[in-house]
Amino acid sequence: MLIVHHLAKHFAGVRALRDASLEVRAGEIHALVGENGAGKSTLVRIVTGALTPDSGEVTFDGKAVNVYSPTVARSMGIAAIHQHPTLFPDLSVAENLALGLESTGAWTRVDWRARRDRARELLARVGARIDVDREAASLSLPEQQLVEIARALGARARLLILDEPTASLTPQEVDRLFALLGELRAAGTALIYISHRLEELPRLADRVTVLRDGQTVGTREMADVTKAELIRLMVGREVEAIFPKREIAIGDPLITLDGVTSRSAGIHDVSFTVRRGEIVGLAGLVGAGRTELARVLFGLERLDRGSITLNGQPIHPTSPQEAIGYGIAYLPEDRRRHGVILDLGVDANLTLATLKAISKGGLLDHQAETSIATGLVQKLGIKTAALETPVRNLSGGNQQKVALGRWLVRPPRVLILDEPTQGVDVGAKSEIHRLIGELAGQGMAVLMISSELVEILGMSDRIVVMRQGGVAATLDRATATAESVMAAAFGTASAA
Amino acid sequence: MRLAGLGARERAAALVLGALLAILAIAAPGFFSPDNLRDILMANAAVLIIALGMTLVVLTGEVDVSVGATFAVCAVVAGTLARDGLGMPAAIAAAIVVGAAIGFLNGALVGAMGLPSIVVTLAMLAILRDGLRWITEGAWVRDLPSAFQWFGFDQVAGRSIVIGAAVILTALAGWLLSRVAAGRAIYATGSNRDSAHLAGLAPKVVIVSVFVACGVLTAIAAVLNAVRFAEVQGAVIGGLELKVIAAVIVGGVAIRGGRGSIAGTVLGVALLGTIGTGLTFLGISAYWERALQGAIILAAIASDRLTAERARGQA
Repeated sequence: MLIVHHLAKHFAGVRALRDASLEVRAGEIHALVGENGAGKSTLVRIVTGALTPDSGEVTFDGKAVNVYSPTVARSMGIAAIHQHPTLFPDLSVAENLALGLESTGAWTRVDWRARRDRARELLARVGARIDVDREAASLSLPEQQLVEIARALGARARLLILDEPTASLTPQEVDRLFALLGELRAAGTALIYISHRLEELPRLADRVTVLRDGQTVGTREMADVTKAELIRLMVGREVEAIFPKREIAIGDPLITLDGVTSRSAGIHDVSFTVRRGEIVGLAGLVGAGRTELARVLFGLERLDRGSITLNGQPIHPTSPQEAIGYGIAYLPEDRRRHGVILDLGVDANLTLATLKAISKGGLLDHQAETSIATGLVQKLGIKTAALETPVRNLSGGNQQKVALGRWLVRPPRVLILDEPTQGVDVGAKSEIHRLIGELAGQGMAVLMISSELVEILGMSDRIVVMRQGGVAATLDRATATAESVMAAAFGTASAA
Repeated sequence: MRLAGLGARERAAALVLGALLAILAIAAPGFFSPDNLRDILMANAAVLIIALGMTLVVLTGEVDVSVGATFAVCAVVAGTLARDGLGMPAAIAAAIVVGAAIGFLNGALVGAMGLPSIVVTLAMLAILRDGLRWITEGAWVRDLPSAFQWFGFDQVAGRSIVIGAAVILTALAGWLLSRVAAGRAIYATGSNRDSAHLAGLAPKVVIVSVFVACGVLTAIAAVLNAVRFAEVQGAVIGGLELKVIAAVIVGGVAIRGGRGSIAGTVLGVALLGTIGTGLTFLGISAYWERALQGAIILAAIASDRLTAERARGQA
């Protein structure tokens, strides 16, 4: 029914997909799995018309797709349900179900009775008892999902894509959802089911396709494949020897987390220690709570229970200013949104966290600023036309070096790195890795969040794997393998 | 750092100003008579001072449309207290305190509570304008003591004080933005609030502070403007906020914050001040002035967007 042939897609020099193929039959539930960044969502976005591929083709129902637009995809009968429902929160359930389904002109009178009746009928088909006059915002997450599925039914979707639909459902809700998906399959609908929960796939899926690094590595009958085999397919590559791991004398414990729990961040009972000179890799799937943990340490989320001990002293940062005062530095994920200030120059960005160091009584000392910035630009090898060039004009790798350099004006004791090489080209990547090694060598405790297994395995002295807001496993450099990390992240192995 | 220097947008404003002056030089040389230039300067000193405050606010990505109403309220406060014999220093101080309080209220609602500044300051405008009308019933504040007009000096000295104050405040604002750590925090907050917070700055404090500064500068402008006359008007003259915001935007301060300079704002005020009087000299009805201000705002932000899109296309 759906045939995806050798799709490739680049984003600003980063290859999201290079050779992805997929074939889904009518009346089949087809699972799509792969680690973070394997290209699953890019593939889905192409199939639903949100992105146009660089090369390759999509055939639906025997017809080649040549215009990629959400409207075209919807009219062909392709619908997607995302992890976070996309209903209009201020509109009623009936209105949400009517949007995009009622094919009336902009000035046609709305027939409210018909609209409500139709909404009730669609909801009945998915077995949901929801008042059609309720505002979508007042619905629970599973209810919202049901409304979305009802909307897909109303649109006569013949291919339904579900992206992590069970991430926030209770087991009973999952059972109900699976029963419904089974009925849809029986009615001849094709379903693509994306999930990190490998254990639920055998109950549900007929076949499974594994993506790795933007490439399809295989399609298997679900009945013939084991979880271990799936993980091997997902990981399936050697850790290349591109990480010249420096031998660093690891010192005393510097920061110790004991039972750290934060309801607002969804973190519970996280305990581990990072020692001087040690790089601890924080692995896990997207949504496992890694960034949220970093936000707790940096005073951005409330610490409800547990303790953080820095250098023997209990600390309780409640704002970034306080955390910085304790000597904690945080290089956030998504540098363009959080890491750098695009309108400011390289120099102003580098000195932003240490304005006090370059000012006397509130007055900026431009000479001091220039000398600090010059030093960092040389040390980090930042390629920029001039010191005052807006960071907007730098390449991704150089922007990231600026974001990192900000924390080296006054070297911190604890350095938290969140996806430090995301979207950075290969050359800059290894330079950043070298820098991280150097910083650890100076006695910093480094906590590195990364979704890239190779990076985690290559850089870390120890690896803490998070899963669903808690620690799933702590692995040693010597014994950690891609499989053991992934197994812990997917929750399919007993904690090592 | 070249934040205080002339960027592309400032140069564009300077170019338009130059072209306008050239047209006036040919079509209406009378425009350049010393008396007329002095009148333009005096009439726009207050606009410039408020525009300095507005520049700080817009640099953080917010806007304050209540400056016109604040301006009127502060003038009435100063006038009333002076009339009632409190002495000029106390009257001026009271006006500044009132301006600061209004700015603080705006800033607290916007910065600390996260409400949209356009709505907050629009509501403040309505409250101040109609509150003032209710209290004064539109009556002018008359019978001012002799120490009020021109601060008790003669007209020449009084004018020098007004111009001198505007020059000093402009220099101070320019210095703040380019030389003081707090100025850097303003740019950072306007450019990317999350990043600024993660770098250890306090965006909320920055936003409250710029609104307070804007209120104080508006109060100072109100006093300097009021002392030019023997009476103080007891109502809000509409349109001042439009002129101020237009000047700031024309001068190249990005309405979304993070980019702009005091030099640009000075150019923007000069441009709008010239257009206002220049129209009369060119024989065009002064009624067109407001419409032209609106058109200038649209032209400036549209050109900003087009330039930004071209820059993105190249990236």
